[in-house]
Amino acid sequence: MAVTSPPSTRAGLGSEPQVPATKGGLAGRVFAGLSTGAGILILVVLAAVAVFLVIEAWPALTASPEELQEISWFKADSLLAYVGPLVFGTLLASILALAIAVPVSVGIALFISHYAPRRLAQGLGYLIDLLAAIPSVVYGLWGALWLLPILNPFFTWLSGTLGFIPLFAGYQAPAKNIMSASIVLAVMILPIITAVSREVFLQTPVLHEEASLALGATRWEMVRMAVLPFGRSGVISASMLGLGRALGETMAVLMVISPGFLYSLFLLKPGQQQTIAANIASKFPEASGLAVSTLIATGLALFVITFVVNMIARWIIARRKEFSGAN
Amino acid sequence: MTVTDLTPATPGVPDGSGTVQLVATQKRLPRWAPWAFAAGGVLVAFGILAVTGTPTIAGVLGLGAVLYALGLTITSRVVEGARWATDRLATTLVTFAFLLALIPLVSLLWIVVTRGAKLFGATFLSTDMVGVYGDMTSGGIWHAIVGTLLITGAATIISVPIGLLTAIYLVEYGRGALARWITFLVDVMTGIPSIVAGLFAFSLFTLIFGPAYRAGIMGAVALSLLMTPVVIRSVEEMLRLVPNELREASLALGVPKWLTIVKVVLRTSIAGIVTGVMLSIARVIGETAPLLLTVGLITQVNWDLFDGRMATLPVFAYRQYEQGGVGIDRAWAAALTLILIVMLLNLIARLISRLFSPKTAR
Repeated sequence: MAVTSPPSTRAGLGSEPQVPATKGGLAGRVFAGLSTGAGILILVVLAAVAVFLVIEAWPALTASPEELQEISWFKADSLLAYVGPLVFGTLLASILALAIAVPVSVGIALFISHYAPRRLAQGLGYLIDLLAAIPSVVYGLWGALWLLPILNPFFTWLSGTLGFIPLFAGYQAPAKNIMSASIVLAVMILPIITAVSREVFLQTPVLHEEASLALGATRWEMVRMAVLPFGRSGVISASMLGLGRALGETMAVLMVISPGFLYSLFLLKPGQQQTIAANIASKFPEASGLAVSTLIATGLALFVITFVVNMIARWIIARRKEFSGAN
Repeated sequence: MTVTDLTPATPGVPDGSGTVQLVATQKRLPRWAPWAFAAGGVLVAFGILAVTGTPTIAGVLGLGAVLYALGLTITSRVVEGARWATDRLATTLVTFAFLLALIPLVSLLWIVVTRGAKLFGATFLSTDMVGVYGDMTSGGIWHAIVGTLLITGAATIISVPIGLLTAIYLVEYGRGALARWITFLVDVMTGIPSIVAGLFAFSLFTLIFGPAYRAGIMGAVALSLLMTPVVIRSVEEMLRLVPNELREASLALGVPKWLTIVKVVLRTSIAGIVTGVMLSIARVIGETAPLLLTVGLITQVNWDLFDGRMATLPVFAYRQYEQGGVGIDRAWAAALTLILIVMLLNLIARLISRLFSPKTAR
């Protein structure tokens, strides 16, 4: 590669060269057309996802409750009554996972950006990113075969001492409950929340940090008064991205939870809740006809929920123009 | 500040810490104080657990951590004052958060390697599951490896051209509302749940070929839906790193824009692009849910992407886990293989970016 010049300091990233580009004849137009076409294809595919899901879900959306009840596992009065508890279970599991993951992730992000020795920081960040590279089915195996026995004594103790609170009542071993599933989910969404938060924390103006330290603030006071206020919107959008991941995660929940279809807040009781994604994965391979349509209808609900959550997250990120590198 | 504040801390204080004073002054704890408290905390925790029951590693470390945090914070509050105590507590909590995240990482890798090693070996890698039933410990994952590589390869062939061209559009051509919308929707697309991608591929092929159609290509389409946005994002970032001077110099010489992109921009950023593609492959190769819905599982090798079910490593691992018994050993061994492939891809990606990237990048 002969053409390598030192990077210019004023190179506006991606800004149009001032010279009017020659069209380059037919080849140029074909190339421009191809790349524009690929961009438009992305829009088309996204629309196609929605359209195809609606088409395939249509028989279930228009079917009468009697027809639906011919499906062996369909016990609800209507499609809405079937989807309701699933949406509830999905949201409950994801929000629990978020409640566990966000404080830990913010802690890790702060540790890497402001506490760890500067030389170690990048390597430590890579270590956390490794968590994101592990396939979900391996998390499922780990959760079901390693984590559950370890959580068992802890949950027994929790249910025994705090069992008078309904949230923690009725624990039965093995720990195949929504709490365990949420813990596995929390581990799975840690890397993305950490990565995005770390990026924002690192962008805190150094002058703000130095000013507060110079005024005699301790490191924590500096973090609380300079770093955290600056990074708040970044942490919020990171959490939303994590929520989007947790909502759609299938295997970890499928392999850990013992399913149920109730609006239930018993976190430690097995057989209470189920998530949309895990429900589809468990029933789809054996389903046919209207059952498939019903499952696709629940998938459509999941698609809409995650789409909205991700859109809000991206919208928050996009509002911060100077912030880049999220993903 | 009274003496009673200090008493709970004393278990954590080792013999040597005679520097503790009961008068709150500007005095700071010595630099080695945190280490002393950590050692003291673990020792005391071990002592307590040895008296009350059997000390386990997890128990000693857990209780030791609590004792350390309490001891250090309270001593610091007495010696250094409330502000420094809060600072020490914050440092402790932030460090613990990081250590906490290492527990799943280390335990997961450890358990996959130890349990996976039981069946893992040349025979396991090179045989399929034909004629294996019940408690037989024979059988292997050759068919699943073939399926995984074929399906992921097909997904790569679909995603890379589309992703590359879209990224070129966004960086080199895209202006105005369309480009903004595409950027935004690509971001949103990265968040599509994998199971929804599976349902999409299923719906698409059902509408075209009827409900009984099953083929590896369905899984490839589902995976490419997940992979394309990742490719776009990473290629886009690499293209934006190419200095504008290179483009301007080429255009000033009268080279058409498309040739500039192909011969200058892409050639400068090729290492970064290959790295990004490898990382995106590593990301989708372990996807389970979409393949479970579309491709399913069979017991023998299927080389034809367009006809019939195929076995893949993640689905194989899941089904064997479900089966229980010796299946669990096979699931661990398959998980080990999968992790090895993913790590290998990551390693190759890092190597490529380190060896081949132009010296000016970053």
